[in-house]
Amino acid sequence: MKFLAQIQPIDPPEILYGAIAPVLIVLGAACVAVLFEAFLPKHQRWAAQVVLTMLALVAAGGALGIYAAGEDNKPQGVTTLSEAIAVDRPVIFLWVTLLLLAFGSVLLIADRSVEPGGAFVADAAVRPGTVQDRAQASRTGMQTEVFPLTLFALSGMMVFVAANDLLTMFIALEVLSLPLYLMCGLARRRRLLSQEAAVKYFLLGAFASAFFLYGLALLYGYAGSVKLADIATATAGSDKSDTLLFAGFGLLVVGLLFKASVGPFHAWTPDVYQGAPTPITAFMAACTKVAAFGGILRVLTVAFERTNWEWRGVLWGVAVASMVIGAVLGLTQTDVKRMVAYSSVAHAGFLLIGSISLTEQGLSGTLFYLLAYGFTTIAVFGVISLVRNADGEATHLSQWAGLAKRSPVLAGVFTFLLLALAGIPLTSGFVGKFVVFAAAIEDGLAPLVVVALVASAVAAFFYLRVIVLMYFSEPAPDGPTVTVPGAFTTVAITLGAAITLVLGVWPSFALDWAGAGGFIF
Amino acid sequence: MSWTLIALLLLPLVGSVVVAFLRGNDRTAKFVALGFSLVELALAVVAWVAYDPSSSARLQLTSSAEWIPTFGVHLSFGVDGIALVMIALIAFLMPVVIGGAWSDKLPEGRSASGFFSLLLAMQTGMVGVFAATDVFVFYVFFEAVLVPMYFLIGRFGGPNRQYAAMKFFLYSLLGGLIMLASVIGLYVTSADKLGQGTLDWATLVTVMKDAPTSTQIWLFLGFFIAFAIKAPLVPLHTWLPDAGAEAPVGAGVLLVGILDKIGTFGFLRYCLPLFPAASKELAPVVLSLAVVGIIYGSLLAVGQTDMKRFVAYTSIAHFGFIALGIFAFSSQAGTGAVLYMVNHGISTGMLFLVVGMVMSRGGSRLIQDYGGMAKLTPVLGGLFFVAGLSSLALPGTNSFVSEFLVLIGSYPNQPVFTIVSTLGMVLAALYVLWVYQRVFQGPVRGTALLSVAGGPGTAKDPERSGIKDLDKREIAVLAPLVALILVLGFYPKPVLDVITPSIGATLSEVGVTDPVAQEGK
Repeated sequence: MKFLAQIQPIDPPEILYGAIAPVLIVLGAACVAVLFEAFLPKHQRWAAQVVLTMLALVAAGGALGIYAAGEDNKPQGVTTLSEAIAVDRPVIFLWVTLLLLAFGSVLLIADRSVEPGGAFVADAAVRPGTVQDRAQASRTGMQTEVFPLTLFALSGMMVFVAANDLLTMFIALEVLSLPLYLMCGLARRRRLLSQEAAVKYFLLGAFASAFFLYGLALLYGYAGSVKLADIATATAGSDKSDTLLFAGFGLLVVGLLFKASVGPFHAWTPDVYQGAPTPITAFMAACTKVAAFGGILRVLTVAFERTNWEWRGVLWGVAVASMVIGAVLGLTQTDVKRMVAYSSVAHAGFLLIGSISLTEQGLSGTLFYLLAYGFTTIAVFGVISLVRNADGEATHLSQWAGLAKRSPVLAGVFTFLLLALAGIPLTSGFVGKFVVFAAAIEDGLAPLVVVALVASAVAAFFYLRVIVLMYFSEPAPDGPTVTVPGAFTTVAITLGAAITLVLGVWPSFALDWAGAGGFIF
Repeated sequence: MSWTLIALLLLPLVGSVVVAFLRGNDRTAKFVALGFSLVELALAVVAWVAYDPSSSARLQLTSSAEWIPTFGVHLSFGVDGIALVMIALIAFLMPVVIGGAWSDKLPEGRSASGFFSLLLAMQTGMVGVFAATDVFVFYVFFEAVLVPMYFLIGRFGGPNRQYAAMKFFLYSLLGGLIMLASVIGLYVTSADKLGQGTLDWATLVTVMKDAPTSTQIWLFLGFFIAFAIKAPLVPLHTWLPDAGAEAPVGAGVLLVGILDKIGTFGFLRYCLPLFPAASKELAPVVLSLAVVGIIYGSLLAVGQTDMKRFVAYTSIAHFGFIALGIFAFSSQAGTGAVLYMVNHGISTGMLFLVVGMVMSRGGSRLIQDYGGMAKLTPVLGGLFFVAGLSSLALPGTNSFVSEFLVLIGSYPNQPVFTIVSTLGMVLAALYVLWVYQRVFQGPVRGTALLSVAGGPGTAKDPERSGIKDLDKREIAVLAPLVALILVLGFYPKPVLDVITPSIGATLSEVGVTDPVAQEGK
């Protein structure tokens, strides 16, 4: 008993519950949702899960609102849990963005009218192609586990953007990734493709996590700490070898860029976007991008700003590669989901330009871009999920010919969204590009902006090609039909398109909000 | 705060929406569209009267409202003499175009209400381009006007319309995106100088006055490339023959009559005042392109076999003259260039319309399919001849005044370029008269006429041929154009009075004075 007396009393770290309440609510709801899966009879689960998930998102948003509203007199942000989590203005912006985008995605996930029974398989354990599989194809149930998985992934993303040390960041990375791997494999139709996508995503994702972890270890060796602030201090003057710093930085950034699907670390993106159930693709494309760039922004700004002279050239090249790969390979795609995947690679390049500007304008511009891009993407995938034939979604571009004749409203909305992706004025895509490029030119990245603009013009070609197909081509006689969407999908698409328009015409509010303050560490 | 311009902007937009809702009721849609365009014309007259050329205010009829405070962007409009005459030209051409397209045969499955709705939407975009006095607003309209034109060509155009629409959009979008880099550059430069960035045109003129020449040259190039694509100057002209040939006649008139003038207007409003040093530095390059365009466009016009492409190539030659007048930096040449912009809209617009009338009778675009048509349709032949003479700048027609002013004003500053350009006048006579001779003179021949007429024997007898001369509607459409050609040919003073002070102001912004300008004051 003597050694007990020697132990210093531990001071428990102070926890600001108000600040982290949104994460706690989402995580708590995820746990409850797991219990629902265990104890509720099968036929009640869907309704219960949908209500719980929506309530959790609304409650988290409410908690965040209360916290942010009460924060007016306080400083720009706080750190809590022994400085492992920082809740500052960019984090609040990103959390709101994530919650809103997750809400939109959950609407798509919950929809059961477009595909009878929903986009998810009734029993994931049945092997594809067997007799049982054919039997279950006609069943209308679905694996409702997708709801708790979504909530877990979301909580991971929320922690990821707020993580103030690399270890927390790594754990958050895993919490957000593992559910996504699973969710990718749950498609009701084309199950082999879906499972292949899941395995591919998992293997490559595991590699990326390993890179991240290795980089983390090297940086710990360099700075003697995993805290971003300590790494920043160490870069100011340390007797350790710079090799540790830069090798660590490189490996860490590869892990982050992989998640953000920045080329040339994008190889998984087209396959996974194509194979995953479309609502999950929407969730992944919108929320994962926000989370990954939130993390990149924080790491680059907080920990490595001082050494930017050394690494900026490299990320400069990565941004160029990403834009060129996305724009050029997008031209050759014949599947609309793969096309949007390559477009997301090009957009990741634009976002990276904003991220490496390392100015207040760069930060606020990138945040705005994430918000704008996320909503456009959700609406895009919402529309994609509606164009179907007997085998499920008709994603081959040739099947979209003459769609405007069959469904003018849908074609009109999709055209608007494509123009937003192309960055035509009066859409949020244009304002996003404007703010990001303005920040970059201000910071002396003018040549990069010129490359970006040329890439935008190239990318516009494949967006236009879809418009040409929809409006100017004659529809094929056995072409797909456009399903009349149920309430959930309608709301999701309307929300995405409306926000795309509002942010394009009246962006001041969001711009001011994104520019409200910088990172706290 | 003047509401005239705002009304001019909003009215066609309202009209566009109203007409779009008249789907399936084409006759009403046409009358409503015509009604809106006539009210717009009346409003333009109001604006013309309200504008005071002798006032010292550079921009008049101004109005402004805050739009995006974060970027100092204002929704502001106003006109100088140059913009005013262009807006008047738009308002004048629109009823003519609507009348001209009244009984056009549209591709199968397309409704007239869609066509006229897009035309009116174009009008709002075009007025916006000329009326914007904030560079951001200008950019928004510059891009936004592409969308209706894209659909006009792509949905209602000729057999190769998809290709032409895509080419048109991509060329313009690429130019626009390059310009966006310069717009952002302007913003950043003004932010450096004033603390808070702005995109207000008048403020930027004073800010840029003493910016270093190298900065000016880079920013100038961004704007210049965009405008050179629009105008179009050789070698960026290749989209125009395709777009012009495939566009439906009404859209073609607007395309070469107005839309292309955005380029030359841009030179005058943006390139010269914002980047005076760069303009002077690069003037020889621009002048070379202009002169090459005159000769090259004329030679290709001589060699065309397709009447619509022929009109497009004559336009390329004419745009060479306009660019020559602008970059010769003398008030005579500048005034001539602006008058040329108006006259070209009238004469080429008319040429396009009569070519359309020829085509609607013969069903072919090829010159070789016609011959001796004046025997069957004397009135059409006569009016084609009038349009042609105006296009080749015969004294007594409107174009003579402007071409003469451009040449006489350019000669003192740029004798070599001017002398070479006069070759273009000779070639103009060749291409116009030769086409007229082949289509209208000689014995009746050509598959287009004979097949319709029912055989060689019958065709010689106009009474029995299937080809009718102009009906009342067509004459009513062309009559105002003929009237303007003659009025402006003999009495151009009202228009010149409006243009001259603004050209003087533009040249003083560039820092060029010439004796003629001072005498004028």
